[in-house]
Amino acid sequence: MANPRPRVGLFVTCLADMFRPEVAFASVKLLELAGFEVEVPKRQTCCGQPAFNSGDRKDSADIARQTIEAFDGFEYVVGPSGSCIGMLHHYPELFVESDPWHQRALDLKARAFEITSFLALHLDMDKLSSSFTGKVTYHDSCSGLRELGVKKQPRELLSKLPGVQISEMEEAETCCGFGGTFCVKYPEISNRMVGNKSENIRATGADTLLGGDLGCLLNMVGKLKREGIEVKARHVVEVLADMLDSPAIGEAEQGV
Amino acid sequence: MEIRSQEFKKSAHIALHDAKLQRALGNLKAGFPGKRAAAVARLPEFDALRDQARDLKNHIIEHLDLYLEEFEKNVIAQGGTVHWCRTAEDARKTILEICRAQDAKTVTKGKSMVTEEIALNEYLEANGVTPVETDLGEYILQLRNDHPSHIVAPAIHLTLDDVAEAFHEHHKRPKSDDPAVLMQEAREMLRKQFVSADVGITGANFLIAETGSTIICTNEGNGDLTQTLPKTHIVVSSIEKVVPTLEDMTLFLRLLARSATGQEFTVYNTLSTGPRRQADRDGPENFHVVLVDNGRSDMVGTEFQEMLRCIRCSACMNHCPVYGAVGGQTYGWVYPGPMGSVLTPQMIGIENAGLLPNASTFCGKCEEVCPVRIPLPKLMRHWRDKEWEKHLTPAAARSGIGIWAFFAKRPALYRMLSWSSNLFLRLVGGKRGRIRKLPLAGGWTDFRDMPAPSGKTFMQQWQERKS
Ligand code: SF4
Repeated sequence: MANPRPRVGLFVTCLADMFRPEVAFASVKLLELAGFEVEVPKRQTCCGQPAFNSGDRKDSADIARQTIEAFDGFEYVVGPSGSCIGMLHHYPELFVESDPWHQRALDLKARAFEITSFLALHLDMDKLSSSFTGKVTYHDSCSGLRELGVKKQPRELLSKLPGVQISEMEEAETCCGFGGTFCVKYPEISNRMVGNKSENIRATGADTLLGGDLGCLLNMVGKLKREGIEVKARHVVEVLADMLDSPAIGEAEQGV
Repeated sequence: MEIRSQEFKKSAHIALHDAKLQRALGNLKAGFPGKRAAAVARLPEFDALRDQARDLKNHIIEHLDLYLEEFEKNVIAQGGTVHWCRTAEDARKTILEICRAQDAKTVTKGKSMVTEEIALNEYLEANGVTPVETDLGEYILQLRNDHPSHIVAPAIHLTLDDVAEAFHEHHKRPKSDDPAVLMQEAREMLRKQFVSADVGITGANFLIAETGSTIICTNEGNGDLTQTLPKTHIVVSSIEKVVPTLEDMTLFLRLLARSATGQEFTVYNTLSTGPRRQADRDGPENFHVVLVDNGRSDMVGTEFQEMLRCIRCSACMNHCPVYGAVGGQTYGWVYPGPMGSVLTPQMIGIENAGLLPNASTFCGKCEEVCPVRIPLPKLMRHWRDKEWEKHLTPAAARSGIGIWAFFAKRPALYRMLSWSSNLFLRLVGGKRGRIRKLPLAGGWTDFRDMPAPSGKTFMQQWQERKS
């Protein structure tokens, strides 16, 4: 019998690939739980955002075309980052309307979803189970929040896990200061912003920080560690998929 | 005003370490955003009004010439005069000529950002006319030889002590830091000026085409005295402030006060329609409107056209985490915050202001609160596009992006790059899981640790599992 399960192409994202493979594996697991067949197209690289936000439209458009081709034929494109998927949603801006790539970019945009919003639409949430227990606080990453409307979805999903207690921080929607190349172009301002953020995180008394974007999480973890604040951090999909064996982001291996 | 926008990073460093400024910025952050949010919550149709305002502004900008001509026709019908000024220089000269025709020695001034933009005070002073700022904030700045750091609350960067100090020095009275005493002092000083001024200059929040009126919205009432007491009233306004009707104006007034300060309505909303008529008890004998273009009509038809919708409410800067960290003066020219990062390059050239549109994480908060829905991050990005086209992007950043893009466009090579970076960072991180110091990544590791990769790349592991 032909495989009836709809196909999802996983947009891995550079940071999950390089820093935190668990996030991509957790995404695969959750998408399969939701009944999809998951593939990882080999021709994908980066979404192109560093070039786009630096004003390099030519390279951005080249990368956009490559990504569009890599994900041709998938019913959905899903990635564990509001920022990268937000970038996919910007692709139509890179082509004039008369360019056939414009239509292809619109078509990709219609199929591209950030993982928690996708799961909120397609997953029977009662299927979720996780051994996680603890008090968490959730940072709303800017692109996901303001470009894709990701706010309730991760909280709804987390609310299905009895071990998770959410304690919201002050200014959860305020930027953490990462901003891609911003954090190296304006390091002192970025530092101030992430300093405010880590203080707000600390004040919740949560033991774990969760979020949906590795860029922001790496930034916040880096600051929490530097300041000696004992809060662990994970991408929300790790908790949702019960993939908790590896140490939290930036933590030493067990026994070290 | 001296242009210091290219010193942004240096100024930011100073601002971040200025404890007094940081306290003042803390007050701003604790004040305006919360008040706006409460005011918005009380008006369920707020977002619908924003849509209407956006659409109406778009319509006005498409027909800017028509509405400005109608406005001029009606100003003339009311007995006033309109002056069309293409450049800042034209505007300064025009205003000086009007002052000279009145033999003016002193002019009182209401708060106006466009007069800052055209550097009017310096020019008048150099030509023997003394401008006296009557808005309390602007008055304090004038005493201190300082410039606004915010478009609505110009002296927001100062503390009470700064004000007490400035008053003590200039008023030659015992130093007091009681706000009521200071206010009284300022009143006394200004009262004399109101009465003796020959010309009063104000800005305008809106120009109303159907009646030829101008309106100022203030919370102090100083503007009313500035425009009714002297013999001559000059309104200086940029061209995009025109709205078709009084009814349209009310739409913007509802949005303006709520977005700016969280008030339902600004305290004084004063319309001026021509000079004093016979039956009027007071008012100026002469009424002039100086319309300033200064690069705005060049924005029509470009990717920056949407910026002309701006009603100068300041919500974007009040909510901006970058503005909140470094304050307005760090931006180095007249207009700070997100709106300034779009407008300033247009007015002084991207080659003199490139650091501004780059000083954003594109968090999008500004666009979220803008009452006329200006896509500020997109417009800042357009300035980065311009920089790239003109080869103004710093060389290191440009070649960095170039090399990175070379790999990103070649999936197999990109795999190898990720693979080797991942391996390198894991080696450096060892079993600690994070890195405290990394060569070439000082911007990151000076302030925070860098979490190390938790294992081989996903692509490697995925491949291994599949085979
Ligand atoms: S850009 Fe928008 S939010 Fe900023 S001052 Fe103008 S109208 Fe207000």
